Amino acid sequence: MKKSDNQAKTSMAENSPGMKRRSFIKLLGGGIILFFQPWDPAGLLAMPQQQRRTLTKDYNAFLHIAEDGMVTCYTGKIEMGQGIITGLAMMMADELDIPFEKVKMVMGDTELCPYDAGTWGSQSTQTFGPAMRAAAAEAKAVLIEMASAQLGVPATDLVVKDGLISDRNNVNASVTYAQLAKGKKLEKYLDVKPAAEIFSGFTIVGTPHKRVDAIDKVTGRAKYTGDLKIPGMVFARILRPPSHGARMTSVDVSGAEKNPGVQVVRDGDFVAVVGENKDRVDEAVVRIKAEFSFKELPVNDKNVYEWMVKAESRSSVVREGGNIGEGRKRSAKVFESEYHDPYVAHAAIETHTALAHLVDGKMNVWASTQSPFGLQDAIVNELKMTRETVRVRTPFLGGGFGGKAAYQQGVEAAKLAKLTGKPVMLMWTREEEFFYDTFHTANVIRVSSGIDDSGKISFWDYHVWFAGTRGSEVIYDVPDFRTMSYSENRAAFQVHPFGTGPWRAPNNNSNTFAREVQIDIMASAAGIDPLEFRLKNLKDEKMIACLKSVADKFGYTPAKGPSGRGIGIACGHDAGTWVAEIAEVRVDKASGKVKVLRVACSQDMGLCVNPEGALIQMEGCITMALGYTLTEEVHFEGGDVLDRGFDTYEIPKLSWLPKIDCVILDRKDKPPKGGGEPAIIAVGAAVANAIFDATGARLYRTPMTPERVIEALKKV
Amino acid sequence: MEETIRFKLNGKKKELQTDPANTLIWVLRNELGLTGTKWGCGTGFCGACTVLVDDEPVRSCSVPVSDIAGKKVTTIEGLEKNGKLHPVQQAFVDHEALQCGFCTPGMILTTVSFLKKNPSPTKDEIIEALDENLCRCTAHVRIIDAVLDASGKMKGGK
Repeated sequence: MKKSDNQAKTSMAENSPGMKRRSFIKLLGGGIILFFQPWDPAGLLAMPQQQRRTLTKDYNAFLHIAEDGMVTCYTGKIEMGQGIITGLAMMMADELDIPFEKVKMVMGDTELCPYDAGTWGSQSTQTFGPAMRAAAAEAKAVLIEMASAQLGVPATDLVVKDGLISDRNNVNASVTYAQLAKGKKLEKYLDVKPAAEIFSGFTIVGTPHKRVDAIDKVTGRAKYTGDLKIPGMVFARILRPPSHGARMTSVDVSGAEKNPGVQVVRDGDFVAVVGENKDRVDEAVVRIKAEFSFKELPVNDKNVYEWMVKAESRSSVVREGGNIGEGRKRSAKVFESEYHDPYVAHAAIETHTALAHLVDGKMNVWASTQSPFGLQDAIVNELKMTRETVRVRTPFLGGGFGGKAAYQQGVEAAKLAKLTGKPVMLMWTREEEFFYDTFHTANVIRVSSGIDDSGKISFWDYHVWFAGTRGSEVIYDVPDFRTMSYSENRAAFQVHPFGTGPWRAPNNNSNTFAREVQIDIMASAAGIDPLEFRLKNLKDEKMIACLKSVADKFGYTPAKGPSGRGIGIACGHDAGTWVAEIAEVRVDKASGKVKVLRVACSQDMGLCVNPEGALIQMEGCITMALGYTLTEEVHFEGGDVLDRGFDTYEIPKLSWLPKIDCVILDRKDKPPKGGGEPAIIAVGAAVANAIFDATGARLYRTPMTPERVIEALKKV
Repeated sequence: MEETIRFKLNGKKKELQTDPANTLIWVLRNELGLTGTKWGCGTGFCGACTVLVDDEPVRSCSVPVSDIAGKKVTTIEGLEKNGKLHPVQQAFVDHEALQCGFCTPGMILTTVSFLKKNPSPTKDEIIEALDENLCRCTAHVRIIDAVLDASGKMKGGK
């Protein structure tokens, strides 16, 4: 059985600590190395400031064509289950005209791979992908040029198939990529621009393809960070405060020190236990006695929405057109609503994990992170090291969903490795995972909107607190509109008592929920079927096509809500992909319990690189969405996170599964767009609208728990 | 205090000097190098650490190693026979019933145990058997398909 890329990468790395890029090139031995720049300036500017590095003029991506004809692409992206290790390899194989098996991806290693800000926002396929493909196309041109010289045949007469370049006029004149690379030590610098291209004529891209990491994952051979082992390695546990507002005032470690085989490490407030036996370490850390003083923000999961609206914040006009006042005057009916979303956890099954080892002044770190280069910089800052002396590698991740864009565990492990001089493995406990999670932010959205006598939307006044702007587009054809965003002004007012960060389709879930429920309210008030109401108010052709195809897939028949059937519609776009969904629910009016029976989804994602992978992501999005829709909410009191396990924080189980029907619209002529997130955005609103359709009860917040459904039913 | 614990691990006799109070998962992962068993929550809620003890699924994060004395333990590493995947493993590959793969060993072992008791399950029975194994990538559709497929292929087999 062949080793996975990750294993191969890890073992290679372990054999050569302290390796620099130049020596890495030497290590590759012979062959052809092609450098290119994968930057998309617009994409880079959209990244978080602290994780953005200066745009380098250097060539910083590599394709290596080895002497055996294997082509390896080195990229700073990481694989966390989303499948890009397969999708990117497919793109490259196609462009270079080589069998898929001849392509290898080496990912997320700060020393071997070019800088990458992080793997999130469904950017790998749509931003990095085209640059990599353009480079591969250039690489092929270089190889053809070399073949032309070697065979004495004009390049225009050469054709490529499966890594074999041959003279179209003479079958005997041919040379393989491997033969061209044999005995060479060639470095080429490509000047490529990922231009808009015609995506057609592919044999691999666009066809279903199984994931390359599946066999390693079903046999237990796939290596995640926690599976690595270095001789002399110790496990660590860190003493944690009871809440985010707590500061340690005293500590007594004598109880822990009595445990055999453990060592207590202390650096100011940073207190940890390390030892070779995990059980002994776990036992020791709870024997540390510490006292804390508390300074909590007066906010909890109940008053947070009031707290947010009154917070001193920065306001900005995101977009505006026409005149809201005029639009309001033209309205036959006006609707004012306020929508709430709670803090939501990432809850990947693998907790944040890191292994760190300081060898001869070089910090080697393996970490489950979506931002290996961000972690590298954080360690450089924290431990006053240089980038050259910190190397971060990312074995397989056991899920990320945005939560592993944060990398605190990697800094902690590095700190402990420095303090102890030993290789340190730090696996966060589930409690730590919840406590230090960078939750998706709670938010408040207020919408005023109106319709005229004909059922056309007359104005749209949209105010969003702390959910940013992703997904806040009006989408509908409205003459008078305004979108205002209120964001944290931390210097003046700390809003969140704990960390917040990106989630799957961050903010778009919230914005799509508010917009699409508001649309449903207006459709019902106008006495128009909600699908018809949307089509009537849309000019966006992609949105119209998605809505029509999802209605077709679902077998939708028009009816004005509430029809008693329990069917709801919602739509939106995310990461360049358009999506429309229809949900069918059953509501138990006595218990308030909602069962989602069916979700149909139609998606326009441009060229679909791997239809199998895209379908899996769509199904995953819809299933994961059931969590934020029905149960997921982080309860807290000040900085004390009350949900710290799967016992109270319920994530979707197999028994929640609705029937799922997906359509991917055929758009082979359009550039590929993101697929890992879009289908999650519209489920919340589709379910809320379906609950209304079933019962007449309107829900303005997620999750739609039985208690909230019963509350809403009382108002019907 | 260390003791000698004798048990059968993936078909082979095993004798281990260890503290009987050590947690089974850490013994498997750290003392025996079987890292296919994943640690997800430490409280038995997620099922990533599931191994089979005398063919029954057990949360290895929540039992001491002394519990397996004299018993038969199967981990994900023990399913492959002569380089051939177990039909349940093969079905998970064929149906892409995994993404990040972290819950996968626990899902597969729970399935293996379940299909032994119920070789021809209905979809609802599969859901009930696997409902306490969490998958955050939400490959739910594929997992159910894979188990149905595996049950079909294993009929008449072991």
